[in-house]
Amino acid sequence: MDSEDDFMSAVSSGDDVHLDDSDNDDMSGADDFDFDDEPDPDLGMPKDIMQKKRVAYDISFKVFQPSDIQKQQDDLINEVNLILDISKEEAAILLRYFRWNKERLIEDYMDKSRQVLDAAGLAHTTTSLPKLEVIPGFVCDICCEDGEGLQSFAIKCGHRYCVDCYRHYLSQKIREEGEAARIQCPADGCSLIIDARSLDLLVTPELTERYHALLNRTYVEDKDNLKWCPAPDCQNAIECGVKKKDLDKVVPTVSCLCSHRFCFGCILSDHQPAPCNLVKRWLKKCADDSETANWISANTKECPKCNSTIEKNGGCNHMTCRKCRHEFCWMCMGPWSEHGTSWYNCNRFEERSGTEARDAQAKSRVSLERYLHYYNRYANHEQSARLDQDIYHKTEKKMVQLQRESGMSWIEVQYLNSASQALQTCRQTLMWTYAFAFYLARNNLTEIFEDNQKDLEMAVEALSEMFEKPVTELADPKLKVVIMDKTSYCSKRRVILLEDTAQNLAEGRWTFNVDLTGSGSNDGPSTTR
Amino acid sequence: MASQKRIAKELSECMANPPAGMRVSLANDADVHKWHIVLEGPPNTPYVGGTFGLVIVLPPEYPFKAPVVTFATRIYHPNVTNDTPGKICLGLLKTENWKPSFKIQTVLQAVRGLLVEPQPDDPLEARIADEFRSDRKEFEKNARQYVTQYAKGPVKFDKKLTSTAGDAAATPGASSS
Repeated sequence: MDSEDDFMSAVSSGDDVHLDDSDNDDMSGADDFDFDDEPDPDLGMPKDIMQKKRVAYDISFKVFQPSDIQKQQDDLINEVNLILDISKEEAAILLRYFRWNKERLIEDYMDKSRQVLDAAGLAHTTTSLPKLEVIPGFVCDICCEDGEGLQSFAIKCGHRYCVDCYRHYLSQKIREEGEAARIQCPADGCSLIIDARSLDLLVTPELTERYHALLNRTYVEDKDNLKWCPAPDCQNAIECGVKKKDLDKVVPTVSCLCSHRFCFGCILSDHQPAPCNLVKRWLKKCADDSETANWISANTKECPKCNSTIEKNGGCNHMTCRKCRHEFCWMCMGPWSEHGTSWYNCNRFEERSGTEARDAQAKSRVSLERYLHYYNRYANHEQSARLDQDIYHKTEKKMVQLQRESGMSWIEVQYLNSASQALQTCRQTLMWTYAFAFYLARNNLTEIFEDNQKDLEMAVEALSEMFEKPVTELADPKLKVVIMDKTSYCSKRRVILLEDTAQNLAEGRWTFNVDLTGSGSNDGPSTTR
Repeated sequence: MASQKRIAKELSECMANPPAGMRVSLANDADVHKWHIVLEGPPNTPYVGGTFGLVIVLPPEYPFKAPVVTFATRIYHPNVTNDTPGKICLGLLKTENWKPSFKIQTVLQAVRGLLVEPQPDDPLEARIADEFRSDRKEFEKNARQYVTQYAKGPVKFDKKLTSTAGDAAATPGASSS
């Protein structure tokens, strides 16, 4: 839902810019240029700071566009093609089999070329190029056609089928099954892989395109250090060296050229400072009903005798269990008989028979309150980020108007854009600090963390408030300076918080109140073993 | 359609020279895409003496897509669902393993092979698979009892059940889990 909202608003803001363009033709070219290529002046500042001294949470990564991905594959294929003296198509099949580990491929191939070829689905012979042939007396084993002049095709294994069947087979595999890298010869028991050149010869260009797109996909999916950018319609891939096993030490946040920021570890959008396992746990907790159970235990009591769940619906504390007819006191959970007739001066809180039950209830009440404390703040920042954006879009429209009336240039009103972006990023970070804090066990470090959190939150709220001002005030140069200051202050506070959390995470200094490593996979909430 | 010729050829082959212990016919003569097979329980198995109905539905894309095979007769087996129609777990029929050069003969032999040698490591009925592994005697007893109960006499191909689209509601008494 969120992303859809964002997407919609992004579209509408795009429309605004466009509208402006058509009104103001001679300016539009320059505007577009600025918008696409130049970093925003204000946002640039904190970014520069981040780049100058490498901060602890900063990780190195590279963005690859589709052409880069293709080139990487081609380079590897060419290299193997030259070293091993096999065709490019075969080199590609071998590389895919070895998951693009060139060194291992060459080593294994030199060692035992026959086994390697067999395993990868390649023939041992090097024969002429694949071509369509008409062979007299040929009967296709798939469709049983035997017409004269029937064109047929076979890869190196020699299992020959008519061209129509071959095409049908390939398009079935590519279009319906999404298979590309491991399409075998159609023959029963033959595991030879159909190479790209044969495929190009047989199918339509449209299908070839799909085939190559699928191959590119397997390239990125085969390599552990590559991942697709999850943003809708983005075709880029990100390279990052952070391994899965390091995810409890670092939150590898990357940023695609399409400006989408996400975690390389789990592909969710930026969730700094919380590590992936914590995020997974938190989201699961928020999604499932574990808190319903907590509510029940906080707001109901169990009959001390038969354990039926009881919710009090009247004022009287003299309870009689419907099920087992046990009579007890709702306040102290002790048996009613001990109360005698002196209930209205009941001072039985110290009575031993009831303390245990009271403790258990108090515990789940505290636990529920604790969860709600963090959850409310988490959810609130999520919502505020959305509202901030809404206000920004409204403001933006008015700025465009103001720009036309007051003669301010487009670039001069961009400080609002930077402020809005900083606000979004900081709110996202704040949001996750609450999930993070929920799982933190108290110690000296948490105090520093909470101070940082408080400072960032105050800075964010101060900046957020600015957006509520009427547009005429916003245009005031003095207020502009204030907003720019507050923007850069917010970004700085965020850097400080993230640096602190990332450093302690890397050094393993945080203590969590749950075992995060134990729940690495998608198991239930219980922390057994 | 290109597949007609192939299906016709396979059908005539299967009718003239059926695989061991099987009889092949069409569900109705107008439609070559739905086959009825009567399978004799193979000797030296608890299924001996029973006759089992199999329905094979060939998709329009056959042979590029795998046929759908179901048991019309109830059978007590780790790899067949314990209901009607009984769905079969057969590696050969999975999309990623199916090849257009596979014949229905191959499929039928594989089904028969499953009766001779159940695959408890790849079960559809986990409880029966467990029993097969841990208490073979009990398994065979149950399998034989199912034969007596369901697989005696001529096979009934229920019109409703031969369609692969809808799953008939589980028959009362079918053991779950």
